[in-house]
Amino acid sequence: MLEISGLGHAYGTHRVLEGIDLKVGEGELVTIVGPSGCGKSTLLRCIAGLVPPTEGKVVLKGAPIDGVPDDLAVVFQDYSRSLLPWLTVRDNVALPLRRRGLGKAERRAQAVKALASVGLEDAAGKYPWQLSGGMQQRVSIARALAYKPTLMLMDEPFGSVDAQTREDLEDLVLQVHRAEGMTILLVTHDIDESVYLGDRVVVLARNPGRVRDELPVTLPAGRDQIGTRADAEFVRLRAEVGRLVRGVVKDSEPPDATDAEDADAEAVATAVEEPAKK
Amino acid sequence: MRIGRPARGLAERVWLVALAAVVWQVVTSAVDETYFPPPTKIIEALHEVWFSGPASHAFLTGNAVDDFSSSLAHLFTGWAAAGAAGVAIGAAIGRSRVLNNLLDPVLQFLRAVPPPTLVPFFIVVFQIGATMQIVTIAFGVVWPVLLNTADGVRAVDPLQLDTARVFGISRPRRLLLIILPAAAPKIFAGLRVALSFALILMVLSEIVGSTTGIGAELLDAQRAFELPTMWAGIVMLGVLGLLFNGAFMLLERRLLAWHTGAQRLAN
Repeated sequence: MLEISGLGHAYGTHRVLEGIDLKVGEGELVTIVGPSGCGKSTLLRCIAGLVPPTEGKVVLKGAPIDGVPDDLAVVFQDYSRSLLPWLTVRDNVALPLRRRGLGKAERRAQAVKALASVGLEDAAGKYPWQLSGGMQQRVSIARALAYKPTLMLMDEPFGSVDAQTREDLEDLVLQVHRAEGMTILLVTHDIDESVYLGDRVVVLARNPGRVRDELPVTLPAGRDQIGTRADAEFVRLRAEVGRLVRGVVKDSEPPDATDAEDADAEAVATAVEEPAKK
Repeated sequence: MRIGRPARGLAERVWLVALAAVVWQVVTSAVDETYFPPPTKIIEALHEVWFSGPASHAFLTGNAVDDFSSSLAHLFTGWAAAGAAGVAIGAAIGRSRVLNNLLDPVLQFLRAVPPPTLVPFFIVVFQIGATMQIVTIAFGVVWPVLLNTADGVRAVDPLQLDTARVFGISRPRRLLLIILPAAAPKIFAGLRVALSFALILMVLSEIVGSTTGIGAELLDAQRAFELPTMWAGIVMLGVLGLLFNGAFMLLERRLLAWHTGAQRLAN
């Protein structure tokens, strides 16, 4: 449903992205992981139609993207700036629904329903700034869900919440993905997260940002924070993604989990959670 | 004796005012100087000129109805016009670099002209009367609103605008739903400054070119050597200024509760 071909972007002479080819199928959850500065966010903004790419094209459901497409939602990392502080939680979620041709009462009902699906029906009348960071990000997710997009983009959505909240939100994304069958493209710098959430992991390299490799995630669909992360297959995938992120060519090293974890921490200096702590 | 917290807070705030009034009263009574009538005489004059009317008119005299209605009508018409124009032009130059580059030099020049210097010109163009007074007020107070709006509109978080674009909110609705609310704290600050300027220019325009209004009353009293009445006008204007500011602060606190709340949590 999403096809990116030969996508490149440059700010002036500085090339941020080059020759990106990527396909995302209906109902797939694809994670994009890469070191900081690899143009992950720019890629996402190109797909969202917020930034016109300087070369190549993005095709969503057969239509080339020119401007922001109709049925696409984005969950930004910075929830506190993306939610409007002068609107209540319910009105924030209802805000984009006018475009769906709904009356006011119906918009509010839909908003409350979406809030319930992220476990926040009680917070509808509050203002976003009265909620914790994790709850605010749930509101952002509810807003995206209420919009019923065919494609949901998530730009490092859990980069600014604490570890426990992050795990809860990851599970929320998996649950939403399964329940609604929504196609999701999630950008992260966290290697664990990319493997834990993805049906497929796309690893980007930097200078300029390009696709280094893609890995199908061969874990069962039902995942849980403790069991899945201890799974031998998870550990193997994490190590492999870690090496790819670090820029080591596949299969050039024996799969040593400890080394790979150190590599992760080095390659991703800004990672919130270090894999070794899990 | 224990005093309640609110009562003590009030006492802390007003004791100096009360003391000053008493000192004023004692000193002016003692020296008996015509130019400085004691507060009791001022209040008497205040009562006589404006507040000795029939109970059916809320004790307002005919004078008061004329003076206040004309003064306040001009004040609020001028202020509202300046507010509307200031927000509209400010938003336009804040959002458009082209318009900003085009209009900024002109606006900077006009802003630098002290509004009272234009009063003679306005008298020639509009004659003495309501229009001239309203234009004087509007021209003088539009600047804080305009510049604050431009500033506030420029400083809207780009992520809020990106969010609006992603969720398909059209351009005109983005202005109403995102840009103006985001700039509201600055716009309100501008409007508040404009309100106190408006009072100043209202008096000025009445002194220069009017026969009704508090300012005209004040000048008449001075010419007739009725100094307590002149002082009554001064006190009346001070009280009005306080009332307007207080009322506006209340309104602002209500409308911008989200802003104060978010700010308090952020710190």
